Amino acid sequence: MTRALRAMGGLLGVALVGLLLIPLVALALSASWADLRAGLAHPAFADALLLSLRTTLTSVSITVVLGTPLGWWLASSHSSLSQVVSVAVELPIVVPPAVVGVGLLQAFGAQGLFGPALASLGVVVPFTELAVVLAQLVVASPFFVQAAASAFRKVEPDTLIVARTLGASPVGAFVRVALPIAAPGLLVGVSLAWARALGEFGATLLFAGNMPGRTQTMPLAIFSALESDVQLAVVFSLVLVAVGGLILVGLRWLSRARA
Amino acid sequence: MRASVGDFVLDVSLGAEGGVLALVGPNGSGKTTALRVLAGALEAEHAQIEVGARVLASAAGDRVPMERRRVGYVPQGYGLFGHLSVLDNVAFGLSLRPHRLARAERHARAQRMLEALHCGELARRPTRGLSGGEQQRVALARALITEPDLLLLDEPLAALDATTRRSVRRYLAEHLPQLCGPCVLVTHDVRDVEAIAEGVVVLERGRVVQRGSLDELRAAPASDFVAEFLGVH
Repeated sequence: MTRALRAMGGLLGVALVGLLLIPLVALALSASWADLRAGLAHPAFADALLLSLRTTLTSVSITVVLGTPLGWWLASSHSSLSQVVSVAVELPIVVPPAVVGVGLLQAFGAQGLFGPALASLGVVVPFTELAVVLAQLVVASPFFVQAAASAFRKVEPDTLIVARTLGASPVGAFVRVALPIAAPGLLVGVSLAWARALGEFGATLLFAGNMPGRTQTMPLAIFSALESDVQLAVVFSLVLVAVGGLILVGLRWLSRARA
Repeated sequence: MRASVGDFVLDVSLGAEGGVLALVGPNGSGKTTALRVLAGALEAEHAQIEVGARVLASAAGDRVPMERRRVGYVPQGYGLFGHLSVLDNVAFGLSLRPHRLARAERHARAQRMLEALHCGELARRPTRGLSGGEQQRVALARALITEPDLLLLDEPLAALDATTRRSVRRYLAEHLPQLCGPCVLVTHDVRDVEAIAEGVVVLERGRVVQRGSLDELRAAPASDFVAEFLGVH
C-alpha cells in the first residue's frame, strides 16, 4: 500500500516538474544561434538588461536595508500591532500587480495623493526609473520581509541574552549573533525578492510605462518584442531565464555555505 | 531582590556569600524569572540587586545594563551560537568590552578554559553534533571566561540523560567551587543540591518559603512542596 502511494506521489511530482520545465525547454529549442546573435545585438537589449539589473539591484538593496529591521521586529513582537503590520506587509503578495500599479499612480501620479506636493518640489515620479524601482519595491519587498521574519524567529532568545551578558550591546548582539544565525534564511529572502523584482511587469507597465532606454525593463522588452518579432522575444526570454537562474543558484550556494 | 515582572511578584533575598546556592521550586514558581531578572534580561520594577559591593539594580530604578553586569548565564538550552565553532563560542566574550583581546590571545585563553573543564579536544568542532554534556561544558566555559561576579545556571542537568547527568553532576561539584565565585543554580532535583550546592532557597509563587542548608530543610520542611522535594513525609 505504502509503495503504491509512494509511486503515485512520485508520478504526480514528476508531472508537475515536467510542466514547470516544458516552457523553458520550448524556449531553448525555438532559438537558433543566429537568433541569439541577432537578439543580443538588438539596440533594445543592452538598455533593457542594464535597466533591469540596475533597478533590481537598487530595489533589492533598499528592501534589505528597510526590511531587515522590520522582519526582526515582526519576529520578536507579540503585540496586536505587529499582527496588523504583518498582514499589511503580505497584502502586496496577494494583490494583483496591476492593482499595485494603479495604486502607485493614485499616490504619486500628477493628480495623485502626493503628486501635486511632489511636483511643487520639482519631483516627478511616474514614468521614470524611480517609478520602476518603486513598483519593484512594493511587489518584491514583502517576500523578503516574510522570509526575514521567519529566519529571525529561529534565533533563540537565550542566545541573545547570553551574548548580552558576555558584553554585547543590543545592536552588537543583533549583528554578531542574530544576523549570522538568520543569514541563510535572509539570503533565501533576497533571492525570492530579486526574482520577483526581475520579473515585475504589471505594476511597472502601469506606473512607469514602457519607454525603451528609460523605463523598459527586460519583461517589458519581451512584451514589446512579441508584437513585432517573436524570435527576439524568445532570445530576451532566454537571457532573463539565465540571469534569474544565475541569481538563484548563486544565492542558494551562498545560503548553503552560511548554513 | 524584590522585583515585579508584569503581575508576577518576586520577593527573593538570595544573599549568597560566595559558593553555590540552589534555587528550587515547583514549575511556575519564578526560578527562571529570577535568574533573568538577575541577568538583566527582564525589566523588573522595584528590583534591588546587589552583588558584592556592586549595585546592579536599585529600587529607585537605576539599572546596570546586561552587558555591564558581569554576570555569567548558562540557560536551560545552553544557547550556544550555532554559527561559531566551540572555540569561538568560548572566546566570544573576550572580543567585547572591556576585554577586547586580539584573536590569538582570545583563542589561547578559550583553549585554556576548555582544558580546565576537560574538554580541550572540542575546540575546533562546530557546535552542531555536540552531545548534551559537551554543550553544557562549552556553555559553562563561555560563561566563565569573562570571570563574572555571579554565575547563573538554569537547570544545567535537566536536558541530559541519566548517565550523563550523574557524570556532569560530579563534574560540576568538583569544578564549580574552584572556578567561580557566587553561583545560583536552578534545579528540581534534590541530588543536584546534595552534590553541588551549599545552601537552598525554595521559591513558591514568587516568594521564598524556606532557606537554609539541606539538613535544616529536612529538619522542618516549611511546605508540602519542600517535603516532597526532599523526599521526607
